[in-house]
Order: sequence, then structure tokens, then C-alpha cells
Amino acid sequence: MPWEHFQHMADIGIRGIGETPEEAFAEAALALTAVITDPAKVAPREAVPIEGKAPDREFLFLDWINALIYEMATRHMLFGRFEVTLDGNRLEARAWGEPVDRARHQPAVEIKGATLTELKVYRREDGQWVAQCVVDV
Amino acid sequence: MDTQGLERIDDTAWRIPRDGAMHVPAILFADAALLAEMDEKVREQIRNVATLPGIVKAAWAMPDAHWGYGFPIGGVAAFDPAQGGVVSAGGVGFDISCGVRTLLTGLRREQVQAEAERLADALFGSIPAGVGSTGRIHLNDAAMDAMLEGGASWAVGRGYGWPEDLERIEENGRMEGARPDCVSAHAKKRQRDEIGTLGSGNHYLEVQHVAAIHDPRIAGAFGLREGDVVVSIHCGSRGLGHQIGTEFLREMALAAQEYGIHLPDRELACAPIDSPVGQRYLGAMRAGINCALANRQVITHLTREVFARIFPEAEPKLLYDVSHNTCKEETHDVDGQPRRLFVHRKGATRAFGPGHPSLPAVFRDTGQPVIIGGSMGTASYILAGTAESEARAFSSACHGAGRAMSRHQSRKRWQGRALVDELAGRGILIRSPSLRGVAEEAPGAYKDVSAVVQVADRAGLAKLVARLEPMITIKG
Repeated sequence: MPWEHFQHMADIGIRGIGETPEEAFAEAALALTAVITDPAKVAPREAVPIEGKAPDREFLFLDWINALIYEMATRHMLFGRFEVTLDGNRLEARAWGEPVDRARHQPAVEIKGATLTELKVYRREDGQWVAQCVVDV
Repeated sequence: MDTQGLERIDDTAWRIPRDGAMHVPAILFADAALLAEMDEKVREQIRNVATLPGIVKAAWAMPDAHWGYGFPIGGVAAFDPAQGGVVSAGGVGFDISCGVRTLLTGLRREQVQAEAERLADALFGSIPAGVGSTGRIHLNDAAMDAMLEGGASWAVGRGYGWPEDLERIEENGRMEGARPDCVSAHAKKRQRDEIGTLGSGNHYLEVQHVAAIHDPRIAGAFGLREGDVVVSIHCGSRGLGHQIGTEFLREMALAAQEYGIHLPDRELACAPIDSPVGQRYLGAMRAGINCALANRQVITHLTREVFARIFPEAEPKLLYDVSHNTCKEETHDVDGQPRRLFVHRKGATRAFGPGHPSLPAVFRDTGQPVIIGGSMGTASYILAGTAESEARAFSSACHGAGRAMSRHQSRKRWQGRALVDELAGRGILIRSPSLRGVAEEAPGAYKDVSAVVQVADRAGLAKLVARLEPMITIKG
């Protein structure tokens, strides 16, 4: 599975796995949506651009997840498809989604923010990239 | 948690002696059973807190402590600015000033029982709850800043509640020193239409009956009688607080190095109290406290409107409003000397005892009400601050149950619909926009709050006054 959740007692860890850091970032974003609802239920009707810049790749990942949390909160949207481009410690991305439909999405919980706990971006021994952190719900 | 390396102080307190980089010892409040259940991570995290600059006396873990990020949830630590003390965004948490308030409806259980379905539907229809919900109030820039400076006092000024509510809120409903200019545009945008909303997760509005009185004298002074109906509201500073927490956590994690602070865990993100970032955080965090106070005040108003429709004779009065994610400047006794300290309580409730000068006259003889929320379908408790709590942990107590199981495990184990039916069978009505959310908040996913408050009482952190049992729960 290219994304997964990992256990943290009070909160939830999100992890994206991919051939490239970009893929790992995009998969982790799906894991983020999956905390709230089934990503397959989210129609990619509208694209939202997201940009970021950070001192290192881990903080860039933190900023990416926090940007998605902010866009979900202020636009009252959920996202189900992501396209990420990384250039050094810069990020350009688009997130596709639709407004929250409480009956259809049954959103379980709001996400407050991404934490530094278990924040890691690294390449595994099998060559796959991993991007992960715990999010506070 | 393994007791190896812990010194038993008495049957409710354990000490981790100072060693290595720790400036002070760490103290865990728990009996043997709670300690055995407590996560090993709490030990690691509370030890880490004890290494932060300027910490005074001890780093404390409350009986409900569990693994947080940086500080454990249920962590208390005080810092002295004169000793290079720090303020930590990780020591407050994302949901700034998350807290609980309890309203005394003056109604009896039988009266409310007769109208329970109608009341549940009306509350669910009137109190915005859950993901994507918005409030009735839309704040423009000027109103936002006024709210951030005024807190509950701002809300009362706009007609949300009564002036007499204010003395029954910590800080008299308005946190001094709030600086809306330190709150980012992003944080304000996230809050634009979220005032007067419950949020989601473990937040709720609950109609409860007083099931048992443990201390008749204090219960009498608090206006609690067995069989009375109360309403408890548990929520925080909504998107604004979350965004302030997010931004300062990042900034402080990056800045700590500049200030020469070694962080054993980045999540302890902090800065000297006197530094520019420390001061900006305090200004923003205090604005976050006001946001939470305003939020609970507006929800109180909406609750009163509902009660007025169904029970025209009821006038729900505020018992008290407590916050359990804060950093506050307070005077505490250190080796017989009063010192101004910045006390972080993350998942911990302030518990000022009798005679504390900041308490209103009504609570001078009893100590402040300490409201401990349970989880959906379980008991909640009213305690009172004690005189000995000052020496125990700078007047601090526990805050709630704490999860025993992750959301994922919970969802695998319980079905939302079945839970709602089961609780209805026990006379507890659940209203929630999300059945998945209900499954994740199953009562069995939380620790036993009763054990936690028993230990808080025995440890002298706060005194047990009354037990509340749920009748109706509105979940976000």
C-alpha cells in the first residue's frame, strides 16, 4: 500500500511511500484525507494550488501537510488527488477535491495540525521514499 | 510503566530523581494501577521537560498523563523568566485553552427526561458541530481583533450571555495581555466563521444529571444537588488556536537552536520568555485563550436559547469555566518565597484552593471548581481546588480520561450505529453528524476517568465533589 496510518495513542501517524519524494508527499496527503474520510469518496472537482519553502525537506513536508489542513479548514473542502513537484526545498503542488458533504463523506474528525513527532522524510533500503509525521486530531 | 528507576513518594506519587540533563526531578501522580497502565513514553517526555531552561521545582505528570508530542498530555511545568525560563508552544498544545464549562440548569432529571428526545434534537439543530460546520457569527477584521482582546467579555458585550457569567470564568472571561497583532492572517482566516462551533474529536456538549455528591458542603456552595441537571461544554479555540499552535511550533523548533537551547525532542519547541518570539507567542496564545472563552460563551448562549424554548422556566447559570491547555503567568510559592512563574498546563486543569486571591468571592471558601470531562457515555466529575494542591503541583489537577486505544483500533472494534443504539438503551441519547466519528470516540476507547479522579483526590491535587452521568451527548 503506498500510504498507511501508523499508531499513536491519542493521534494518528500518516505515512506516504513512493518511488520519489514527490510520490511519497502525495501519498502522505492521501493518508491525511483518510484520517477524515475514505479518499475514494472525494471527487476531484476543483484544484487548489499550494506552494511552500522550508529550511529542509522534513520541514517542507510539515508545511505541505499543514497547508492542506489550512486549505481544508478555510475552504471547507476535502482533497482526494494530489500532484507534487519538489525543487530542492521548494514545493509546488495541486490538490484536487470538493466541498465537504457531511452525509456522503461522514467526516470523522477535524485535523488540528501536523506535529514534529515521527516527522521523517527518508529513503528506505529498498529504494522507496517515505514521508511521515503524526497529526493532531 | 515499569517502576524501575522510580522512587515511591507515597501511594499516589512517584519521583524520577534528577539526573543527566534534568534541572529538576520529575514527579508522576498515579497509584500502582494507573502507573502500570501509563505509557513508557510519559516517563521519557516528562524527563525531557525537566531539562528545559529555567524550570522550577519539578516537571509533573497528572494521573491521566499519556503520550503527547513533546510534553506529555497531562504535563505541568513552570518556568522563571529571571532564570532564563522558556515558554513552549509544545507545552500548551494545538488546541489553546481547550476547556470545559458547566451550566446549572435548575431543572430536575425527571423534567428533562420527559423531553429528552426533543431537547437532543433541538440542541443538535442549534449547536454547530463536526467537520465543516460554521457558526452564526461572521467576523470581519475589526470584530476579530475585538474578540481576541475581549474573550467572553466581548461575547457578553454582543449579547451572548449575561454579565454575571464573567466572574465564573477563569481570568474573569478575558485574558490580559492578548495581542491580536501577533496572530497571523492565516489563523484569523481559519476562525472567520468558526466562533460558536464545537469542533470534532473528543469535543462535545453534554446534558448530564448529578448522580452522586461526594462533598455536600462544597456541592451546596457550587449549587449542585443529586438529581439536578447540568450542561457541560467541552471545546477550545477552534481553527485559530490550531493555526497559532502550528505556526509557533515550527518557528520555535527552528529558533531554539539560535537561543542555544538543546531540545532532546524537537516537539519541545520553546524560546526564552523574554525573547521576541517568546513574547509574540505569549501575545498570540493569550489571544487564543480569549478565542476559546468567546467560543464557549457563544455556545452557552445558543444552549440557553434552546432551553428557553423547551423549558421556559429554566435559566441555566454558569457554574464555572476552566481551561486545560494554557500557559499562564502566576505567583507561586517556591521554598517559602512568592515567585512569578509561567505555568504550562497541557491537558491539566488549574486548581486554585480556598482563599486564592484571583477567585471570585463565591469560591473563596471552597476553592475553584475543577471540571473533569469524561468521554461519550461515561461519567464526568466536579472537583474543587485544595490548599495542598499548591505544594503538590503549583495548583494543578488532571483534565479528563485520556485515550486507551487509537482511533483506528476503535473503529475496527465498534460500529457507530450499534454504539448509538446501545447507549440509547442505557438512556443516553447521542447526536452526531458522523457515525464514524462516534465509533472512534467509543466509551471503551478511553481510560476509566473515575480511577483518574480518585487518584487526583487522594493525591490532594483537587477534592472530589460530585459525579455527573450523561443523558444527552452532542458530538462533533
